[in-house]
Amino acid sequence: MSIIEIQNLNKKFGSNTVINDLSLSLDAGRIVGLLGPNGCGKSTLLKIMAGLTSNYEGTVMLDGHSPDLHTKSISSYLPEKTYLSSWMRPVDAFDIFADFYTDFDRAKAMEMLKQFRLEEKMPTKNMSKGMQEKLQLILVMARKSKIYLLDEPMGGVDPATRSAILDVTLKQYSEDALMIFATHLIADVEKIFDSVIFLGFGELKLFEDVDVIREKFGKSVDELFREVFACSVSL
Amino acid sequence: MDNYFDSNTPIYLQLVTLFTIRIAGGEWHPGDRVMSVRDLAVTFKVNPNTVQRALAELERDGLVYTERTSGRFITGEKEKILEARSRLADQEIADFVKQMRQLGYSREQWSALVEEAMKKENI
Repeated sequence: MSIIEIQNLNKKFGSNTVINDLSLSLDAGRIVGLLGPNGCGKSTLLKIMAGLTSNYEGTVMLDGHSPDLHTKSISSYLPEKTYLSSWMRPVDAFDIFADFYTDFDRAKAMEMLKQFRLEEKMPTKNMSKGMQEKLQLILVMARKSKIYLLDEPMGGVDPATRSAILDVTLKQYSEDALMIFATHLIADVEKIFDSVIFLGFGELKLFEDVDVIREKFGKSVDELFREVFACSVSL
Repeated sequence: MDNYFDSNTPIYLQLVTLFTIRIAGGEWHPGDRVMSVRDLAVTFKVNPNTVQRALAELERDGLVYTERTSGRFITGEKEKILEARSRLADQEIADFVKQMRQLGYSREQWSALVEEAMKKENI
């Protein structure tokens, strides 16, 4: 059932180890939280899966392939930073996505645009940060992918917008897909996860179901996170 | 919706309680179709698989049932619903009594307080 298989993954930037011997297998039909302090390797891991970073050691398989054209065609990646040009309007972005990806559903994108009350003809340079983040999320979620890789989809937006983003994510997420959701706003979103990965400076600290964590530790994921990473925070 | 949940109990169990309250209190009517898993997930902002698990639990309790072709429904069996209701009431009372004991009230004291409060509220 696992759609992502990672074995003994190592990644260095110069002499700096970012991911240290990571092994992980993830099943389809799940929403997985990828959690860890800043600089722990979350973004690097997502970039490797998205096929954007290639010089690593170890095996990374998505749907039976190491990152290539096939894996890019079945996975939808939301980067941490915006890549939309300032002149671009939502309609232009939709055109480009429809050109690039056969699984892009324009009707779905328009529907989400309405839900978010964005204007289809407003250039991104006139949009607030929150509006731009919404637009990017629309582009990513309007694809019918097997794998969604979301890097901080709610960084820097207000709680009401966060709530709207969660709504749309839950509404549009297809049940047989795998969604990996990197964030450090844990308390806000932990209830939407099946399971969570704690990544601590490139190493897997914990990979467990959210309800098992509550049963076993009598704590929320947020509380457990604060405990596990307490010493690294105080450094 | 967010503060419905406490942090140390499994989420699916908290959903079971929330759904049971709606059924026992009549907000969800006997015989009605249960909202879809996705709609429930969006409403309560929880994972769809967790909703599924909670509904399976309610099914085991006999409060909902699945019809193979047409979906999931609230039970029409009144006894089942009444039973769930008194189970919830017992729990509430046990919690209340525990709290009062913690605050140092005797049985006589707290029942007098309840009487007084009820009078004030005209109940």
